[in-house]
Amino acid sequence: MAVAQGAPRRGALVSFKIPRGRAASLSLYVARRILWLIPVLFFVITITFVLMHFAPGSPWDREGKQLSAAVIRNLNAKYGLNEPFLAQYVRYLVNVAHFDFGLSFQYEDQPVSSLILKSWPPTAVIGLLAFVMIVIFGIGIGVVAALRQNTWVDYAVVGFSTIGASTPAFVLGIILIIIFSVTLYRITGGNFSLPTGGFALDQHLILPVVTLATLPIAFIARLTRASTLEVLRQDYIRTAWAKGLRERLVVTKHVLKNSLIPVVSALGPTFAVLITGSVIVESVFAIPGIGRAFVVAVGSRDYPMILATTILFSVVVALANLVVDLLYTVIDPRVRLG
Amino acid sequence: MAAATAVSLEQIDWENPEQIGLWQDAWQRFRRNPIAVAGLIFVCLLLLDALVAPLLVSLHLIADPLKQNAANSYAGFSLQHPFGTDYLGRDLLSRVMFGARISLTIGLTVQVIYLLIGGTIGLTAGYSGGRVDNLLMRFVDIWYAFPDLLFLLVVVSIFQPSLFVIFGAIGIIGWVDLARLIRGQVLSLKEKEFVEGARAAGSGPTKIILRHLLPNTLGPIIVSLTFGIPRAIFLEATLSYLGVGIPPPTPSWGIMIQDGNQAIFAYPHQVLVPALALAITMLSFSFIGDGLRDAIDPRMRR
Amino acid sequence: MAAPLLRVEDLRTQFFTSRGIVHAVDGISFNVARGETVGIVGESGSGKTMTAFSILRLVPDPGRIVSGRIMFKDQDVVQMNDDDVREFRGNDVAMIFQDPMTSLNPVTRVGTQIDEAMTAHERFSKKEAEGRVVPLLQKVRIPEAAQRAKDYPHQFSGGMRQRAMIAMGLSNEPELLIADEPTTALDVTVQAQIIQLLKQLNREVGAAIILITHNMALVASLCQRIIVMYAGRIVEEGPVEQIFDSPQHPYTWSLLRSVPRVDVARIERLVSIKGLPPDLVRLPPGCKFHPRCRFKVEKCEREEPPLEQVAPDQMARCWVMMRNVPQEQREETKAGEVSHQAATELKQAGSG
Repeated sequence: MAVAQGAPRRGALVSFKIPRGRAASLSLYVARRILWLIPVLFFVITITFVLMHFAPGSPWDREGKQLSAAVIRNLNAKYGLNEPFLAQYVRYLVNVAHFDFGLSFQYEDQPVSSLILKSWPPTAVIGLLAFVMIVIFGIGIGVVAALRQNTWVDYAVVGFSTIGASTPAFVLGIILIIIFSVTLYRITGGNFSLPTGGFALDQHLILPVVTLATLPIAFIARLTRASTLEVLRQDYIRTAWAKGLRERLVVTKHVLKNSLIPVVSALGPTFAVLITGSVIVESVFAIPGIGRAFVVAVGSRDYPMILATTILFSVVVALANLVVDLLYTVIDPRVRLG
Repeated sequence: MAAATAVSLEQIDWENPEQIGLWQDAWQRFRRNPIAVAGLIFVCLLLLDALVAPLLVSLHLIADPLKQNAANSYAGFSLQHPFGTDYLGRDLLSRVMFGARISLTIGLTVQVIYLLIGGTIGLTAGYSGGRVDNLLMRFVDIWYAFPDLLFLLVVVSIFQPSLFVIFGAIGIIGWVDLARLIRGQVLSLKEKEFVEGARAAGSGPTKIILRHLLPNTLGPIIVSLTFGIPRAIFLEATLSYLGVGIPPPTPSWGIMIQDGNQAIFAYPHQVLVPALALAITMLSFSFIGDGLRDAIDPRMRR
Repeated sequence: MAAPLLRVEDLRTQFFTSRGIVHAVDGISFNVARGETVGIVGESGSGKTMTAFSILRLVPDPGRIVSGRIMFKDQDVVQMNDDDVREFRGNDVAMIFQDPMTSLNPVTRVGTQIDEAMTAHERFSKKEAEGRVVPLLQKVRIPEAAQRAKDYPHQFSGGMRQRAMIAMGLSNEPELLIADEPTTALDVTVQAQIIQLLKQLNREVGAAIILITHNMALVASLCQRIIVMYAGRIVEEGPVEQIFDSPQHPYTWSLLRSVPRVDVARIERLVSIKGLPPDLVRLPPGCKFHPRCRFKVEKCEREEPPLEQVAPDQMARCWVMMRNVPQEQREETKAGEVSHQAATELKQAGSG
């Protein structure tokens, strides 16, 4: 009787015959990567929790007027800070599994999860808009610069990406404010200018999104340009021309299909950059998003809030990297899923 | 007895291989890059400024950056205050000049921490190989996964921000790239056939290895450290801007930008001056880094 | 006699670099008849590859065809506009390249790349093209062709990749196939197979083949005629047996003497060609080969010889001609030059 493909051999202890076909190995790879998320998250949570717990001073220290001992005792009891460390740790882990991140130290009686739910929309909107801009403009100008190498277009793109990649986001944001809010205001006699802050689904979005997207656009443009230039020199592009293919076909199916591979790979870390950037941009433009909530929590040592946002950021970054890595295995057939 | 034995090899001088010229060669190429040179000039001026600023204050050539004068706040440009004053009446020019000291100190010193931590881990991982390497690289990957600014903020929330804490925090976070790089270099060195050959040949192989290998491996390391400087400067400035960095009244460009933000509509120069100082400093170091990278890697052609 | 398929007339291709003008192809003229197999031989820098690129108008920047005509049937390729060139490439004339590893798109399936070569031109409909892919792979003797068509290049061996490239080249039934060093990147055994394949295809399909190589042995296996190039010029051409039997140009003669031959009765010493290939920016005056030629006379340093007929069908560019060189002078090796044979003898004498 023939043994079915993939079934364990008789007598073998545990034998997984890898099923033929890339689809099967792909799903195994996906499963492995998702499982790998768990120890990473665990690590992040543990480290942050430990650091917070053993931090010098108590979270109730206030500048100036100190709280009375009785109040502090009550607070400690309320937040369970009197329990032994391990108990707190385990309780926290259990709670997190139920998406309960505790109560905020700052805004007493407010569960952290509701605070997060309230503040994530502006961050998401600006972040997503910025991401779209990055993909369209970053890749777009990178490709154009490579195809028109050594023309003014190329020099402009290279100049822009060099400066854009080295200018910190908050400097850029402030300069943009000065130009488009202050100066425009003065020039148009108070009639028109872009708002300096606040969140709304209108022109309030322009400056923050531009500020957030500029640095990643510069990076992606530079990478795309370099990768495309590299591919253009390859022999198989010459083969494509020798076959008599039209220019558009050569560019899309041969040049871009190869040159965009490292770019897609780089979009994963771009998410991390966007998160970091949103912290800064929300502070510069006074946007009530998670980034600014995080900064405020840091300033007032609201540990549950800090912990929760840290976990959230890690999850987003890890997921983004995972998606990108998976995408990469699909677009590059040479990659071994080992 | 062989008649005219034609073949005669040139005497190869093993003691003094031409490779020493690698550095001169790189410097030549660097010199020809106008942008990189411009960056270098600016950085030198900055260094000069950082060293000389306290001297200038004691000689009364520039004002004391800490001296407040509420009556004179938001003053415009004048001979006494070439850049004006801030909201507490402090001279902007000297504060900017002193801000360079903070930025440069952090930028440069943190590289040492990077080298110590990153170098140790990278060397260990590279030499040991196998399990140790795997473990260390997993650790590095996890560390790398988390955005540096955010972790920095977390650390700063725990410990009172001070110069020392910020040093340490920035250092502990940013060593990853260097570790990866050094590990890669060590691994590729292990593979090189001429290491085998030199070992087999005997006589002074270590010297040859050091003379040939070291220049090639040092290059990318120096480039990485150069790029690490603006990153560190940026992180410190961001922390200060967010209010959780160097505590006042020490003038850091980040704090100055935050302070100036309050009156940005009326006196934009309060913000522009430190902002430009920060941007140009970071740009200059980036230009130097780019220039070094191009100069050291002969395969790069514009 | 039928009109030649390809007529190259006084082709000049130059590269405009910061160092100066590189004269890659410096006045080449030759013909290729229908179904003929021609070998173009020379060392690196002789201009043979650039000649091939010029025929397909693939000369890369900063190079340009500066003058001359390339007549394919009755059209001048040099004067063609971009659309006509595109139609011409891969269709009337196809080219296969040296390194099959890097000459195929790594992220596209092999079958798709062959299909694409056909759909780029109007010759076959989409369906027809798709149907031709597997038979083409079979024609170049790739086993399990139907399965292989769905594979990616990195799953092929070197020899198989080159066969796939040949299939791609032949997909539009071109009348001329140019093979630029098709075996240099392959193992020796595989080399022989590829050359055999080309020979069979030439017989079965009737496409003319230009084989560009530095390897005389390959030319002997495949070609009917041989053109020898040096410093961007033709220095000798003629039927293969005739040239191998009595080469007239010293360069051709040296090339033949630098390869061990089993077909020659008397045992000759292997001879190396001293010196380096010429700098194509600053060429020497007179005959371009004279700095490395052991049979030169005074005139060679002053005046460049023209291409002259030395036998029916055979042309050579030399003032001296090998048939005028006495036997003793041919065997003599000057002091300072070492031939392989001589070196072996010396070593044996020393240790004995």
